[in-house]
Amino acid sequence: MSWIGDTVDSIKSIQIRQLLTQGVSLGMIVTSALIIWKALMCITGSESPVVVVLSESMEPGFKRGDILFLHMSKEPIRAGEIVVFNVDGREIPIVHRVIKVHERQDTGEVDVLTKGDNNPGDDRLLYAQGQHWLQRQHIMGRAVGFLPYVGWVTIIMTEKPIIKYILIGALGLLVITSKD
Amino acid sequence: MHSFGYRLNALLTFSVTILALMCAIASLSDNLNTPSPSAEIQIMNINWFQKQPQGNDEVSLTMNISADLQSLFTWNTKQVFIFVAAEYETPKNSLNQVSLWDAIIPAKEHAKFWIHTSNKYRFVDQGNSLRGKEFNLTLHWHVMPKTGKMFADKIVMTGYNLPEEYR
Repeated sequence: MSWIGDTVDSIKSIQIRQLLTQGVSLGMIVTSALIIWKALMCITGSESPVVVVLSESMEPGFKRGDILFLHMSKEPIRAGEIVVFNVDGREIPIVHRVIKVHERQDTGEVDVLTKGDNNPGDDRLLYAQGQHWLQRQHIMGRAVGFLPYVGWVTIIMTEKPIIKYILIGALGLLVITSKD
Repeated sequence: MHSFGYRLNALLTFSVTILALMCAIASLSDNLNTPSPSAEIQIMNINWFQKQPQGNDEVSLTMNISADLQSLFTWNTKQVFIFVAAEYETPKNSLNQVSLWDAIIPAKEHAKFWIHTSNKYRFVDQGNSLRGKEFNLTLHWHVMPKTGKMFADKIVMTGYNLPEEYR
């Protein structure tokens, strides 16, 4: 238990220069994470290059807590692709499979219908009032790869925010009391 | 430098890096597999063919679908999602793809199969251009791995026709 005594001692002996240095290092870490995130957004062409699966509508393929890597290219949307889309008025994006495509002769625009693999019916119930099809502007990206279980961290932090605060508090304490 | 915190940190970082590397290698090993799937679809019967009250054509048909997709499975495969889509062109739309039936194949043993079924999803056109229409039936598959990159491909079967008149 002597590390508690050490911690209290080190908080008492903080010099202002050391504190500023550590503040700058923390800022550097946060901004490099932000740079990587924004770079990923540019490379994949999608507003959110990584999403966490929140529902069981795509089981057994994607379970709650898996993460999906998205990519959006100019290629036309075709049946069978797993797309992530936003419905007007809902903030949480939905990850389902395209089951119907109708592409116009003249403009090349598409009407798309989606359905979750594990759902009995298609997604018309989820679309906005009076909307029967999705268009390209609703679609944020195609799922091209996935990692299992990694997304549970995000789900736990969203559903039990107390854990988020504990984690940030512990990290802050670690940064302040480290001797680097 | 040798405190519990530092050791735990080093251990965690190392194990996460190794795990990520293993996932990447598992995904890359899928590229070594060269699949050779085969499939055949026969339309046994056009059950009915009507124009709906909203003005769209709708067809109900019964198909025999047989396929051998065992070569798609690797040790890193969790499941293969397959679906049969009718693909055709109309004056209004350069491409229409309507999924008629789909299934999930959870394991290699189930990948060689034969099924007699009517269309699971409604075959509805945007409009009423389906009379006498020639269309392709395409069997698409989507290989979903235990970890990593997903693969998709298809077999196109041509030469199917809808009747000239409603029935």
